[in-house]
Amino acid sequence: MMTSLYGAILFLLWLLLSGHYDPLLMGLGIASVGLTVYLAHRMDIFDHESFPVQLTSRLPAFLVFILREIVKSNIDVLKRILSRDPNAVSPRLEEFPLPQKTDLGRVIYANAITLTPGTVSVELTKDSVIVHALAKDIADDLFTGEMARAIPDKVVEP
Amino acid sequence: MYAVAIVAILVTLSLALARALMGPTVFDRIAAINMFGTKTVLLIAVFSFLTGRLDLLDMALVYAMINFISVVAVLRLFSHKDFHSPAENNVISVKVRRRWF
Amino acid sequence: MVLDILSWVCLVAGGLVGVVGAVGIHRFPDFFSRQHATGTTDTLCALLILLGLGLQAGLSLAAFKVALIFLFLFITSPAATHALASAAVHSGLDPKRGRTDSEGQS
Repeated sequence: MMTSLYGAILFLLWLLLSGHYDPLLMGLGIASVGLTVYLAHRMDIFDHESFPVQLTSRLPAFLVFILREIVKSNIDVLKRILSRDPNAVSPRLEEFPLPQKTDLGRVIYANAITLTPGTVSVELTKDSVIVHALAKDIADDLFTGEMARAIPDKVVEP
Repeated sequence: MYAVAIVAILVTLSLALARALMGPTVFDRIAAINMFGTKTVLLIAVFSFLTGRLDLLDMALVYAMINFISVVAVLRLFSHKDFHSPAENNVISVKVRRRWF
Repeated sequence: MVLDILSWVCLVAGGLVGVVGAVGIHRFPDFFSRQHATGTTDTLCALLILLGLGLQAGLSLAAFKVALIFLFLFITSPAATHALASAAVHSGLDPKRGRTDSEGQS
C-alpha cells in the first residue's frame, strides 16, 4: 500500500521533471521508478519517518508560519551585519528544553531553529537543545517566543 | 534585470571564495564552500532564465543535491577520518559542558 | 507588467541580501557567528531570487522546477548547517563569547 503510493508519487515527479510524454521515454521512466521502489523496499526504509503522511495536512499553515519567521529574523540579522555598534553582535550559547514528544517533532523544531538566521542548533539531546544565538535578545526571543509552542501544535500533534 | 542579479551573485561568490581561502579553521572553509555551492545553484538558475535555456534548471537541481552530499561527505571525512565508521555517541562530554555553562 | 516589476524587485533585493550576507561572513568574529551570515544568504537570498524567477516563469514546468530547487535548498541547508556546527563542537572548537555574556557566569 505504502510502496505503491510512493511509486505513484515518484512517477508523477518523473513526469513533471522530464516534460516528455512519448511511449519510449515513459517506459524508461516506469522502469526507473520500479527499480527505485524495489531498492528502497529491499533497504527497508519505508516507515513513518521516511514519508510522514500524518503531518501533510498541517504543512501549509506551518510553511506560512516558518516563512514569516525566516523573513523577520533575516531582516534582523542583516541589520546586525551592517550596524557599526559593537554590541550588535554578542554570540552566546543557551540550552532550551524540548517540549515535543516525538522524535520527528524534535527534529522539525531543531531544523526550524537552524533555518531562522540568528540561531543555530548545535546539539540535540534527549530532552534539550543547545542553541548558538547571535545576540542576547535573539536568544530571549526564542525562549519566550511562539515557535516552541507553534511547532508541536501546527505540525506533529493532531 | 537578470544581469544585475548575476553580478550580485558573482560578488557574493567571490567574497565566499575569499573566506574559503582565508578561513582560520577548516570549518570556516567548509561553510564558505557550502555557501559557494548554494550560490552556484542560484547562478545556474538565473543564467538559464537569462539565456532562455530552461533545461539548465535540471542541472541546478542536480547541483543542489551534489553540493549537499559533498558537504556532508567532507565533514565526515574530517571528523571520522574515513567514510564508513559508524556514528559515535553524539553527546557533548561533561567537560565541554562545564566549559560552556 | 505588474508581475514583471515585482519579479525584478525580488531579483535585485535577493542579490542585495546575498551581498550583505557575504559581507557578514567577513565582519563576524568567529566560525559560529559566521554561520548566521551564511544562513542569511542561504534562506532569504535564495527565497527572493527563486521567487523572482518563478514569477517570470508563470504557471509552467519551469516554475515547478524552480519550486523544487527551493524546496530542496530549504530541506538541506539547515541539515548542512547543523552538521557543520555539531562537527565543529565535537572537534573542540569553542565559540567566542560576547562582552555582555559575563554576568552571572562562573
